[in-house]
Amino acid sequence: MSEPTYLDADIEKEIDLTDIDFSDLEEQYQVSIDLNNYVVVDGAPIAPEAKVPVLTKVLRKLFGGAGTIVEGEEGLFMPLENGKTKGYLFIQYEKAEDAMKAIKQLNGKKLDQNHRLLVNRLSDVEKYGAEGKISTEFVEPEVKPFESHGYLKSWLQDPTGRDQIVLHYSETVGMFWNKKGREPEPVVEPRKGFTSKYAKFSPKGTYLFSIHPQGVQAWGASDFRKVAKFFHNQVRLVDFSPTERFMVTLSPLPITLPESAEQKAEFPFSKESIGHKLVIWDLTTNEPVRTFALPPYLEGQKEMPWPLVKWSYDDKYCARQGPDALAVYETETFQLLDKKLIKIDDIVDFEWAPAGVKLAGGQKGEAPAHLLSYWTPESPNKTARVAVMQIPSREVLRTVNLFQVSDCKMHWQSEGKLLCVKVDRHTKSGKTLFTNLEFFKTTEKDIPVEKVELKDVVVNFAFEPKSEKFITISRLDDGNNNPAIPKNTITFYEPEAQKGTKKTAATSYKPVKAIPNKHSNTIVWSPKGRYAVIATILRNNGELEFYDTQFDDDKEKIKLLKTEKYTAMTNLQWDPSGRLLAAWSSAWIHAIDNGYHLYEFTGNQVRDQTVEQFKEFIWRPRPASLLSANDRKKVRTNLREYSAQFDELDAMEADAAVREAILARRKALEKWREYRSKYAHNEEAHSDVQVETIEEIKEEIIEEKEEVIE
Amino acid sequence: MRPIKLMGHERSLTQVKYNREGDLLFSVAKDNAASIWYSSNGERLGTLEGHKGVIWSIDVDPETLYCATGAGDLSVKLWKVETGECLYTWDSPSPVRRVHFSPDGKRLLAIADQVMGHVGTITIYDINREQGSSQSTKPSLVIETAKDGAKATVAAFTGDGKYIIAGHDNGFVSKYDAVTGERIDTFQAHGIHNEDQNITVTDVQFSPDSTYFITSSKDRCAVLVDVETFEILKVYKADAPMNTAAITPVKDFVILGGGQEARNVTTTAESQGKFEARFYHKIFEDEIGRVKGHFGPLNTVAVHPDGTGYASGGEDGFIRVHTYDKTYYDFLFDAERSERAKETLTEEVAV
Repeated sequence: MSEPTYLDADIEKEIDLTDIDFSDLEEQYQVSIDLNNYVVVDGAPIAPEAKVPVLTKVLRKLFGGAGTIVEGEEGLFMPLENGKTKGYLFIQYEKAEDAMKAIKQLNGKKLDQNHRLLVNRLSDVEKYGAEGKISTEFVEPEVKPFESHGYLKSWLQDPTGRDQIVLHYSETVGMFWNKKGREPEPVVEPRKGFTSKYAKFSPKGTYLFSIHPQGVQAWGASDFRKVAKFFHNQVRLVDFSPTERFMVTLSPLPITLPESAEQKAEFPFSKESIGHKLVIWDLTTNEPVRTFALPPYLEGQKEMPWPLVKWSYDDKYCARQGPDALAVYETETFQLLDKKLIKIDDIVDFEWAPAGVKLAGGQKGEAPAHLLSYWTPESPNKTARVAVMQIPSREVLRTVNLFQVSDCKMHWQSEGKLLCVKVDRHTKSGKTLFTNLEFFKTTEKDIPVEKVELKDVVVNFAFEPKSEKFITISRLDDGNNNPAIPKNTITFYEPEAQKGTKKTAATSYKPVKAIPNKHSNTIVWSPKGRYAVIATILRNNGELEFYDTQFDDDKEKIKLLKTEKYTAMTNLQWDPSGRLLAAWSSAWIHAIDNGYHLYEFTGNQVRDQTVEQFKEFIWRPRPASLLSANDRKKVRTNLREYSAQFDELDAMEADAAVREAILARRKALEKWREYRSKYAHNEEAHSDVQVETIEEIKEEIIEEKEEVIE
Repeated sequence: MRPIKLMGHERSLTQVKYNREGDLLFSVAKDNAASIWYSSNGERLGTLEGHKGVIWSIDVDPETLYCATGAGDLSVKLWKVETGECLYTWDSPSPVRRVHFSPDGKRLLAIADQVMGHVGTITIYDINREQGSSQSTKPSLVIETAKDGAKATVAAFTGDGKYIIAGHDNGFVSKYDAVTGERIDTFQAHGIHNEDQNITVTDVQFSPDSTYFITSSKDRCAVLVDVETFEILKVYKADAPMNTAAITPVKDFVILGGGQEARNVTTTAESQGKFEARFYHKIFEDEIGRVKGHFGPLNTVAVHPDGTGYASGGEDGFIRVHTYDKTYYDFLFDAERSERAKETLTEEVAV
């Protein structure tokens, strides 16, 4: 190696330092500091220097749980001042992911009674902590200008009072005006990819909801525009409170804090909601009002009982069932009623009364009571029990003890006047089942219970809306389960006042008509009562029977109006007015022949439409009618005049439809002829080549004479 | 009229075809013999025996002198219709899916399937019409599957012999020059009318004057296409995969046939299988009728050249030869009736 010989200032002058390329050196000695590996921990105890090793050991162990910390002081550095620690420290992880993990796991961790650790990324501290980076002045948040959604009930103002329907086929959801037998008229252009799962109306029909991986979207007004968004990742199930004030959503994924700032801005939940799966939303503010974690016994269950949150008729209370307890919340605050759970050992199921109940002995003008019923199963030394409880007083108004119980189902009558508990009991041997029906008469004094004992097991039960009549489908459980043998019995029941003094007169329930040996398994009452459809929904064996339950008061009360076959049928729904019944075959259940049928309440089929990949038929619900009883009576007396008007409208409509079709065909024909005229000469040329026709010789007898030669 | 039920095949039909006069009906099935029938009474004229595998396709030349069959035993055979003797056999590198004579009977196309490592081809053989038994082994033209396209499943010469129309696996339809083999035009005719996945073109048949043709597809549609402009004229939508489609002469109808896939048939009732032949109005695209009878999917439909009837062959192994009733000829849409009324009126004025 030779000594440098030129150290002249001249030479230094000659070499311009900017000309030298240092990049190779820079690269070699560059210090790479990835601040993402560092976390700053604040809130640690301030300890004297002597205790530092112990504290370091403790913290190293705690933070080592999130990932590997770099060895030595570079890994965990606690600055000292005046022989004491300063209460904060720096930790360097080997991987940036581990640092993230540590923040997630340990931020807010309580080290002891007085010390709560605050864990942040070093880069975040740089970004936000430095002076001047964030303005300390309060900036008023921008209030978004009010955006009108239009009139959300506009569909009720249709001049001809038509119902709206939603047809869901393949990936498309279309909103239509139902036109009885004719092609439904689109309200808006059918939308492809409208929902990733299903569409659902709120109970009064104000909003239509679509389900997406990110959450739920509400649509409304005359053009089904976007009304609100509800972010709930991977949401599966949706339910509503009866007055449409609240929505409940459930996702199989727990809520997690989103990573990006953008998503965070839209993240509607608070920290307390993290890990929860069930969300209650307020539909007026579109904000979540309460979130819940799933009770542990429901986690990982294949079939989720739904709804998980049940509402009192006026949305004043909602309740959730947990193991051995019922949690009732006041919806005003969404706090537990009296801040306490209602302990009910072994509770299996509960049900709210669907309407306010006027209890006997109540004061005049007293608000109708909120009732709920629940049942608990049999256990050693304890009978099964069905109880009716009043809320908010938690007073159990009536309990019935039962034994040999397999299962109970609670059916409330639509006005809350009656609760029917279908008790499936087993014989002593436990081999066969039979059913008792227990009727709680909630409006009478002390809530008497009327019992109907049956030999059969009831598989289906339905009250007529606003009445005490009901229909059951039952079968004798004799151990022979061959599904090919029709052994179901349809029975129509009616209340019958028993003789006695006025005060003790009790009603009992008597079968009016029984139809044995059926396959039927479904009962749907018209929402206005009187008419009921009993259907058989089975693979490849669909049938509908239309019944009138007030056909003739004396001779034939229950009359079968019509029987219709619909082989591929999978679902049924009445329209809100009870005039039409929709039956459809959903591609979700049945692979082929999908589509829908519409029937009049008498069983007349008015429409039969096959739609490829048809999934769902939804009638848009209507809110309760505003007409008074008097108004309704007026309509009924003038029915003929009204119906004449509607008939005329129908006829005009029909003509227009036919006329349109004819015009379309004329146009098509004209176009075709024009197209064919291009080839007119061709056709002639072709006819030239026509093969010669070979004359067939046919012998014909022109005349036949018979001569007798003598 | 009651259809004639021809029960000569032991397995499902693959193709039926009328000769130019319509007096003979040619049929092939998945058994190894082709049959020739009198179309008027259903009597069998004879069988063509010699193939050792499934016969996929048959065609007869315009003079009913020769007929050709293509089969799964890797061969194309030329037969003398009169005697039923096999005149010549061409070897094919892969199963033969379609055969079709050019309108002058001097050329024959055969589709060799794209299987067994063979690139799918449409092969054209020149036919020595004078001496049927001496044919050149070598094809005169081979059209291979285009690099940007899918294999051809069906193909046919146009009426003037200028083009070959082919239908492909991916729902496309192509037009080739019948002499040079150059692809003139191609476009997607199927798989665009709905969201079906299987969009194989299953049949191509021409209008009587050969200016337009109909293709059917597994995508539950049939499509009417003009030969020159190569544009879609009409779309007929059905509710089951379609295996065949034909254009009727005389009346402006088309006949579609198909049904639920054969493999699903055993799991569904007959009424749900969609095994009917469907009649659509050619111009209005409206379905106007169905003909029941088969208890398996329809694999092939052929129309009588005089427009007096049609024959259908099904997966069930039967051929049904139908003759139209008077109501068939009388049926008119309101628009057609008014058009005809107008015509007669103007004619009267002219007279």
